[in-house]
Amino acid sequence: MSAKLIQGNEAVVYGAIKAGLKFFAGYPITPSTEIAEMCARELPKVGGVFIQMEDEISSVAACIGASLAGFRSMSATSGPGFSLMQENIGYAIMAEVPLVIVNVQRMGPSTGIATAPSQSDYMQVRWGTHGDHPMVSFAPFSVEECFTEVIRSIYWSERISSLVVLLLDEVVAHMREGIDIDSIKNVIEIPDRGPFPNERENYRPYKVDKDKGAKLPPLGMGYRFNVTGLVHDELGFPVEDPEKTKDLIKRLHNKIDAVESEIISYDERYTDDADVIIISYGSVARSSLRAVRELRKNNFKVGFFRPITVWPFPSKRVRELSKRIKKIVVAEMSMGQMVLEVERSVGDDCQINLIQGISGELISPDIIYKTASEVISR
Amino acid sequence: MIGELVKKYLRMDRLPHMWCPGCGHGIALGALLRAFDKVGIDKDKTVIFSGIGCASRAVGYLDFSTVHTTHGRALAFATGFRLLRDDVKVIVIMGDGDALAIGGNHFIHACRRNIDITAIVWNNQIYGMTGGQSSPTTPQSRLSTTTPYGNFARAFDFCNLAIGAGATYVARATTYHASLMTELYASAIKHHGFSFVETFTQCPVNYGRRNKFPDPASMLKYMKDISVPFKVAEKMGSDELQGKIVIGELIKEKSDVELNEVVRERIMKFRGGAQ
Amino acid sequence: MSQSSHLEPVVNKAFCKGCGICIEFCPANILEFDEHRKCRVTEPDKCIKCFQCEMRCPDFAIELVEKGEEK
Repeated sequence: MSAKLIQGNEAVVYGAIKAGLKFFAGYPITPSTEIAEMCARELPKVGGVFIQMEDEISSVAACIGASLAGFRSMSATSGPGFSLMQENIGYAIMAEVPLVIVNVQRMGPSTGIATAPSQSDYMQVRWGTHGDHPMVSFAPFSVEECFTEVIRSIYWSERISSLVVLLLDEVVAHMREGIDIDSIKNVIEIPDRGPFPNERENYRPYKVDKDKGAKLPPLGMGYRFNVTGLVHDELGFPVEDPEKTKDLIKRLHNKIDAVESEIISYDERYTDDADVIIISYGSVARSSLRAVRELRKNNFKVGFFRPITVWPFPSKRVRELSKRIKKIVVAEMSMGQMVLEVERSVGDDCQINLIQGISGELISPDIIYKTASEVISR
Repeated sequence: MIGELVKKYLRMDRLPHMWCPGCGHGIALGALLRAFDKVGIDKDKTVIFSGIGCASRAVGYLDFSTVHTTHGRALAFATGFRLLRDDVKVIVIMGDGDALAIGGNHFIHACRRNIDITAIVWNNQIYGMTGGQSSPTTPQSRLSTTTPYGNFARAFDFCNLAIGAGATYVARATTYHASLMTELYASAIKHHGFSFVETFTQCPVNYGRRNKFPDPASMLKYMKDISVPFKVAEKMGSDELQGKIVIGELIKEKSDVELNEVVRERIMKFRGGAQ
Repeated sequence: MSQSSHLEPVVNKAFCKGCGICIEFCPANILEFDEHRKCRVTEPDKCIKCFQCEMRCPDFAIELVEKGEEK
């Protein structure tokens, strides 16, 4: 197709289907509903299945069931639904079932404002489900990135056998940009789950190296093992052995730590000579980019840093930058959540200025411009 | 005979099972094994899901592909799986709290959807695993740790709920009725569409002791005494049926709208016949 | 049932949890608790092969097997 005006949510579906999505189970919730509706229309055309479940809890459950059946599956939601999903998100992580969940952030807490953008689920993405668990999350800032990052999400969910959250906000989800889907290059190939050994008797899906993810063959193909959210052994059966428990928890984390440098992705511009750097992600980064370009026109040496991988946070690169750039502006639509990761990453001698967006509106380029120009003059 | 079935269908290295002495779940599991044998189930082409609770521990002993899911959500996991794999038989084992309290919503929707899944509930009228709290099926006035002065709410009738929600095979037995359990489980497995078998079972430790049942055998006898076969119950008034359990096949409908069939048909329409 | 006259009830003490169900339901009254509160068959020859014990045991601990067969 040639260039068309496509919405962020639509691009998520185009990308997911390109990556081999075959199952979507979800529940309507603004501002993510378009994803469900488009999957309902498009999945049958590619031999896939869409089902509207009775709530978000069963939506994730059904997606896990579909993934266990051997198919790539996805759900999409927003804050209140994301809160409901937490228990089963933990299950997918513990049982090592590949899965992608799209969270289109909206104003909270609770019902908040369904149609207003926010970035206040950032920490919930990381810690929403209970227990010691790792998390991988990517945040697009354009319609094209909605397409490429959902593919990357599916890729990583399969590679690490875990759950990945694709993190949008209402602005990214509903913005329309002219793109030609077919001309997008560098689309990652998603690896197949196999190969699995011919010898099915006694196959131990959870018997893997200390820094690797489990490889679960599709159920109902002769491999007889157990899948559970309990701490389990190599065959998936519950155990209460302290050493095995420790090893499992460590491996769930190690398998992601081992490939962290591959997972990390960010968009860094104008940093070589910068005196101040603006750190933001998602739709706020669109405002930041505009502000940075204006600042540069007026000879302010401002740099731009945008995590695309938001979990794990690109600490290493932020730390490196902070050795030279001591003034940091963090702009996010919340009371300040990603800023905590920035604080954790930089030295004590850095000055961090937070622009909070808690009014239910996208932080404008003007505000970012004003703040950055003040900071740079101090 | 049971020894052979145990070797054939259970994970021998995980026995003896963790259920208390006299727990009805073991009896129901034995009946299920007989049903498996009767229908000639294919262990490689069957996936068994369960939730959380004593009943749900059954999957740990069954030598099949098993999925021990989260509390109350087994039917939802099973639905996602079954929608994509109608080449595989799907069975779900749950307890009363799991299926009807936290899982109540998923239960009624599974009935409504008429997806080809066999749901087996072992209803011991209590939350056994967590020490004996009341469940939605604990009868009024019975004692539990969270109803220490007697349960004040009425109990659900599981089967009526299933029928109301549209299940096309609904049946009930108790662990006293060992042969009937096997017969119903076998029919439910063979049924095309959503099938539901409620099995009243005994929890001697967390329900029986608190409610003046001196031993497991007395609980089996009690279930026998209050059971009424379906055909007899049809002729009884609602007053006479107070406090009784109606057993047998309550609904058995030829289902013409099984969910997967509709889904496949839709896909075929787009793909011009090829899948 | 002449076909089953070659069968006798045998208890697997490792599985038996002493719940007493089989003892209570045996119509021939040939089951009892031993000193360790496990089921014991008192008079196997009086077994009427009704299979009640086997069907009602929650632990797969009692079974009618071929006479002389080890469990």
